[in-house]
Amino acid sequence: MTVVELPLWAEITVGTLVFLSASIALVCSAGLMRLRHFFERVHLPAITGTLGCWCMVLASIVFFSVKEGSLTIFPIVIAIFMSITVPISTIFLMRASLFRARQMEKSVPPSINNQTRPDVWES
Amino acid sequence: MSIFFLALSLALFILVLAMACTLPRLIKGPTAQDRVLALDCMYLNAMLAMMVLSLIYADSLYFEAALLIALLGFVGTAAMAKFLLRGEVIE
Repeated sequence: MTVVELPLWAEITVGTLVFLSASIALVCSAGLMRLRHFFERVHLPAITGTLGCWCMVLASIVFFSVKEGSLTIFPIVIAIFMSITVPISTIFLMRASLFRARQMEKSVPPSINNQTRPDVWES
Repeated sequence: MSIFFLALSLALFILVLAMACTLPRLIKGPTAQDRVLALDCMYLNAMLAMMVLSLIYADSLYFEAALLIALLGFVGTAAMAKFLLRGEVIE
């Protein structure tokens, strides 16, 4: 399906980075089932959105630069966008989950400002 | 049919597998925020799959689709988290 022929070093670099990114995404998605508590699971999409996304963006930069014959860095727009939005959505979800857990009077992770809460919390 | 094409296809298959891995949490997730989190993860996997497609077809047009998926995923997650927090999206 690929019409362009890349040199061998570019194929190895792009293939390794893409495979690494896909593996990271698979590990994070499998961890979504495996980890027990929501406050552990909430970090997993952030890992996909930073490490996995950066690996894929670097692979795309190498691929399109070699294909075009000049430096092409437009894929970095996605990495910049993800680095802005991923913390926001993670913090939003965490705050909503904390609010709901406190409202239902379940145990939540201890606050780092207020150490009077018990340090032990179970799901 | 080169090794490079096979590696990209394998990465695409792994990403589809990752999307399937988020499904159980989306369906049975004990709380609402678990479902939102699974949907967020699925959006990210779909975005990565779209970027792999852009490498397979050697076409930069797929990047705009990936950017669109990322944007919609962020807006959806933020809106649903806001709804879970306040009971209303826009106040």
